[in-house]
Amino acid sequence: MCVAVPMKVIELEGPLARVELDGVTRTVRLDLLEERPSKGDYLIVHAGFALQAIDPDEARITLDLIRKLTITGDGPSD
Amino acid sequence: MDHRTEYQDQELCAGLVDKIRTLGRSPARLMEVCGTHTMSIARHGLKYLLPPTVRLLSGPGCPVCVTSQEDIDRFVKLAGLPGVTVATFGDLLRVPGTKSSLERERAKGADVRVVGSVMDGLDLARDLPGQEVVFLGVGFETTAPTVAAAVLEAQRLQLTNFSVLALHKLIMPALKSLLGAGRLNLDGLLCPGHVSVVIGSAAYRPLALEFGLPCVVAGFEPADILQGVLMLLAQKEEGRAQVEVAYRRAVKPKGNATARELMDQVFRPAPALWRGLGPIRASGLEFKESWAGFDAARRFDLEVEEAETPPGCLCGQVLLGEVEPADCPLFGRGCTPSNPVGPCMVSGEGTCAALHRYGRPEELR
Amino acid sequence: MKQASRLILLDHGAGGRLSRELVEGLILPRFGHRALARLDDSAVLDLAAQGRVALTTDSYTVTPLFFPGGDIGRLAVCGTVNDLAMAGARPLYLTLALIIEEGLDLAELERALDSAREAAREAGVEVVAGDTKVVPRGAADKLFINTAGLGVVPPGVEVSSAKARPGDAVLLSGSVGDHGLTILTQRAGTRLDSSLRSDTAPLAGLVEALIASGAELHSLRDPTRGGLAATLNEIALSSGVGLSVKEGAIPVKAEVEAACELFGLDPLFQANEGKLVALVRGDGAERALAALRGHPLGQEAAIIGRAGEERPGRVILETRVGGRRFLDLPAGEPTVRIC
Repeated sequence: MCVAVPMKVIELEGPLARVELDGVTRTVRLDLLEERPSKGDYLIVHAGFALQAIDPDEARITLDLIRKLTITGDGPSD
Repeated sequence: MDHRTEYQDQELCAGLVDKIRTLGRSPARLMEVCGTHTMSIARHGLKYLLPPTVRLLSGPGCPVCVTSQEDIDRFVKLAGLPGVTVATFGDLLRVPGTKSSLERERAKGADVRVVGSVMDGLDLARDLPGQEVVFLGVGFETTAPTVAAAVLEAQRLQLTNFSVLALHKLIMPALKSLLGAGRLNLDGLLCPGHVSVVIGSAAYRPLALEFGLPCVVAGFEPADILQGVLMLLAQKEEGRAQVEVAYRRAVKPKGNATARELMDQVFRPAPALWRGLGPIRASGLEFKESWAGFDAARRFDLEVEEAETPPGCLCGQVLLGEVEPADCPLFGRGCTPSNPVGPCMVSGEGTCAALHRYGRPEELR
Repeated sequence: MKQASRLILLDHGAGGRLSRELVEGLILPRFGHRALARLDDSAVLDLAAQGRVALTTDSYTVTPLFFPGGDIGRLAVCGTVNDLAMAGARPLYLTLALIIEEGLDLAELERALDSAREAAREAGVEVVAGDTKVVPRGAADKLFINTAGLGVVPPGVEVSSAKARPGDAVLLSGSVGDHGLTILTQRAGTRLDSSLRSDTAPLAGLVEALIASGAELHSLRDPTRGGLAATLNEIALSSGVGLSVKEGAIPVKAEVEAACELFGLDPLFQANEGKLVALVRGDGAERALAALRGHPLGQEAAIIGRAGEERPGRVILETRVGGRRFLDLPAGEPTVRIC
């Protein structure tokens, strides 16, 4: 029930942002965000709205975790 | 990093599958509760990669599937009213009601527009001042805040010809009801990634505590889902029952307070009828009094007859994970994606539709 | 009336003076074949070429009429030319029948006809017969075009959806979803900004190159409505073979992928208007691929799978992460979803 896609902010215009994914751009509403995003931030976009900003540090941690999980067999931690 | 393609990497996924095969030597029954998870698992052929001991059941997280027959009949009736333009997500277009569907009504001359956002509904209201534009508000906590935001905007724009039929549902009451019935015998719950962005991962703690159920919030790319499955198996192996977040780049324990506040401004929880599960307290949303002017249920007469479940349809039990699609006597015989009998086959991401169209692992080996 | 935009009126379809002016002013200057110019009831043609005659027809009702990469005029010519090419035929002649909604701006009609003429030239076909009808406002959506096409199949060329055999290689001439997503993103409710362009193009030259490669050609189809998925399923069913296809081998432009992600669509169900699928006997696969890649319209061609004996009538997709699932026929019109 949640088709949503990460898109990069290329322009901010008041309550709206121009966001881009692989050459496709659209305008989304920012009403749902807790903080105003900056250019270059990635937002999760659902039904014409930005739902959340993606945390790039957490993203990196997750990918490292997956790689560690599957190579060394370390268990996950919360 | 584009936060998407990294999680489609074959090597990354192969590593996860390897580890799952190790941990998955003892049988495990996991439930995924989100239609988008069902779709992604089907589309990427993930069940084929999992060991046969790890069974993934689909739960009631398909908003189209759990919309009651009466609600469908209501919005079909709405489409047939003169002067009404129905704006809907594509998901609802072909859903069959007792006598008709939005698609059929459109063929008969009704003004039904498929939109990608509730804001398109607002645009339609502005472009068609002589029409009553009604947006069909379906979806869980991911979508409800967007509809609330649109209602607030409609107020700001002083639109008098825009309203919403609030058919939204809340996931936690359904999960509590499902698990409370005690018939499922689950080893873990794969929690919906984007609903959790809004409600926060902490929302699932009562489930972990009360039912001793491992819960992992997962994203939607193949590696996200596989990671989620792996973390559930690890919890089971280690005898833990906690809420963990695999989708850390988007989900926080506290969720998105702004989105929840928007929802709370316009809507409040109300009893709702879930197809298959029956009535569940405080599991739907209704308009608060001060916003009732935008409530399509009040603006139009949408009375419909009580609906009956088609004979032989086991969707209720399938939605609860009690029966597998292949065990339903109608599956593939009389109930198919092009001629669906019940909701599990109707929606593209319904359990039965997904299995019928994408296949079961046994058929693919 | 000063500077009124020129409009199509019902009178233009009534068979009188205005009709004649329309044909002589708009149609004949663009399509100059002798047979057409005579304005007889039928075109009488000398089929000098040897071989079997291929005959096809299609109607075109696209909205919007004009889109990046093409328009209804180009589509109407290429679509029918391609149907002939998929039979292995050399396209020769086309008919052009227009159903015009009263009130259509003449400039739009002229633009579509210019495009049709260009496409006909590119495809090496002549328009030899036609018709124009004008219907009252509301009875048609601006402009509908029907084209019938006639071509000749050279001796020794026998292609059909029913001729695929186990061991055949499945070839695809280029990226999928370009046309479908271009149209979708031009429509209200699903508008997106991108550099997406329709791939509408005449494929007869590409087919000739394929035939000339010497590979034994069994089936040829262009994946239009229903996309690659529909075409593969049709071939699997008609031929009674099972097809196995690798998702990772199917070219999809990044923008098409992105637009599909946004709308919850599958690029494999989206229409293409300048691509072909070929089933060739296994030993000719590399030759066929080289022939496609050597042609401007086939530069991104790829071998995407094989035909086998298992699971006849079905198509299996090996997904990009190594999973497996059926590739089914799409249910109907692809609809944008949020769930």
